[in-house]
Amino acid sequence: MNFKRTILATTLMAAMSATQAAPTNEEIWQLLQEMKQELNSVKQQNDTLKAQNEDLKQQMQATEVKVQEATETAEAMAVASEEAIKNVAAKDSKTSIGGYGELHYNNLENKGNAEDKDELDFHRFVLFFNHEFNDRLRFFSELELEHALAGKGKEGEVELEQAFIQYDLNDKHRVNAGLFLLPIGLLNETHEPNTFYGVERNNVENRIIPTTWWEAGAMLSGELSKGFSYDVAATGGLKTDAGSNYAVRSGRQKVSESVADDFAYTARLKWTGIPGVELASSVQYQEDITQSLDTNAGSAFLWEVHAAIQRGDFGLRTLYATWDLDGDGPESVGADEQTGWYIEPSYKLTDSVGVFTRYSMYDNQAGNSSDSEIKQWDLGVNWWLDPQVAIKFDYQEQDAENKNDEFDGFNVGLGYQF
Amino acid sequence: MTNSVNRQGLVSLLTALLLFVVTTNVSARGVYQTNEAFLNEVYDQTVPKSDVIWLKGEVREQVKKILGHNYNGLRIRYWKQNNRSTWILEEIGKEEPITFGIVINGDSVEKVKVLAYRESRGWEVKHPAFTQQFNDAKLKNQALDRNIDGITGATLSVRAMTAVVTLALYLDDFVSTLS
Repeated sequence: MNFKRTILATTLMAAMSATQAAPTNEEIWQLLQEMKQELNSVKQQNDTLKAQNEDLKQQMQATEVKVQEATETAEAMAVASEEAIKNVAAKDSKTSIGGYGELHYNNLENKGNAEDKDELDFHRFVLFFNHEFNDRLRFFSELELEHALAGKGKEGEVELEQAFIQYDLNDKHRVNAGLFLLPIGLLNETHEPNTFYGVERNNVENRIIPTTWWEAGAMLSGELSKGFSYDVAATGGLKTDAGSNYAVRSGRQKVSESVADDFAYTARLKWTGIPGVELASSVQYQEDITQSLDTNAGSAFLWEVHAAIQRGDFGLRTLYATWDLDGDGPESVGADEQTGWYIEPSYKLTDSVGVFTRYSMYDNQAGNSSDSEIKQWDLGVNWWLDPQVAIKFDYQEQDAENKNDEFDGFNVGLGYQF
Repeated sequence: MTNSVNRQGLVSLLTALLLFVVTTNVSARGVYQTNEAFLNEVYDQTVPKSDVIWLKGEVREQVKKILGHNYNGLRIRYWKQNNRSTWILEEIGKEEPITFGIVINGDSVEKVKVLAYRESRGWEVKHPAFTQQFNDAKLKNQALDRNIDGITGATLSVRAMTAVVTLALYLDDFVSTLS
């Protein structure tokens, strides 16, 4: 309304000033009529604009709704496809695979009359297959090809090193049943090449603790208070003989149609109360280490203790293990006591390079006065290309009474785990 | 004869132990705490509404850098109230996924807990003595500002935990700059 009045007044004034002389009534009437017409057309234009404006507004709102809907649809689709993929993956992830392997080059000179050892060996190629049946029931396995080629007259072996079912009794205790690794020493359970120093495994955890050592049976494991955990196992036993001087390593039956006249019982207590520190001790009782086939031999007892410490860049591993074999047979060759120990300090120069040295000693005939022990110094480096891939180099120097048992030289290795 | 007597004794001992363990504690299993129970514990029974981060662009790249691989999913869900955010993340240790619950307060770690562990060995990573090492840890150049002492035989689980805690710190920092 204000707008109209202003126009009217302005026009009147303009008309009056233009004519100077007072216009006639007729003229004024005419002017007013023209103005009324113009006003009407302005009003019409205004209405049209208003309508158009309203249309635009509606269109915009509609567009906004569409955009919102599109976003929601896209999000819903993304979520749906993610869920679908995860569902497929979850089915797959019930079964997992992994593995490890190590390639070795040994350049060792024999100090006696035996042959030097210059060889390239894909020592171990291992695949893990695991399956989760449900929240508390799982299967673990480890299948190994040793020395690359297996078969009649070949160097290698195909071995089933682990195949067991693990059942959680509750959140602290579990049972393993099947074929599993014995809870003794540092390397027996954790022997992936990227997890230890040195190309070859140390001799103590080879000749005294016959790593990799697996048996069939049942094992109960769990946690006690304040960083303590335990394992107790009842399994098949060793079957060694006089022909091999009752050396424990020769007694592994590898659960291959094993003689099971006599069982073995193993227990371990482990403490991991401080991060980076593991202290553990294992004992094992063998009912008869020859499976009752040698009347001159009988039961045997193994005691092992170790510490593994990693504080910042410094590492230290040390282990002691000793066997006590009953019977005149073992005693006659000094095998009634079989003992070994090592100490291995290490230092990480960077995140990916570490150096170590190790002094070790073992004797499979420590029970008599003959000098049958083998001492060894190792000095070497691990270079981790990735935390799961390591290149290793070490130099070894042995000292044995029988020079045919003494090998000095260097080893190079490549190991991986995934 | 003596062998079978010995064996019977030891087998009965084992059975007795088994029974003792089964009857004394019949609670959880590989899953130590459900996600819901963990959240209820963190937020004192009044869990805030969750939110999600979409893994795209810069975030996706950073997540890949921290974990060493892409995250298994398009979004990561989190719970945030005031300056406290909670993250439930999964990462594979050696072969099996481990579920972690991580609480970030301000710009540092308040708490890390292993909610589910499925590997055959190495469950020492769930001990408070071990997880406490992460308390108060902060982000420094997209990594943790401190050294974490490992566990013999659980190297990969420790590595997974370190990566996941770093990820939670990064994501918390990211959502904080958004709001």
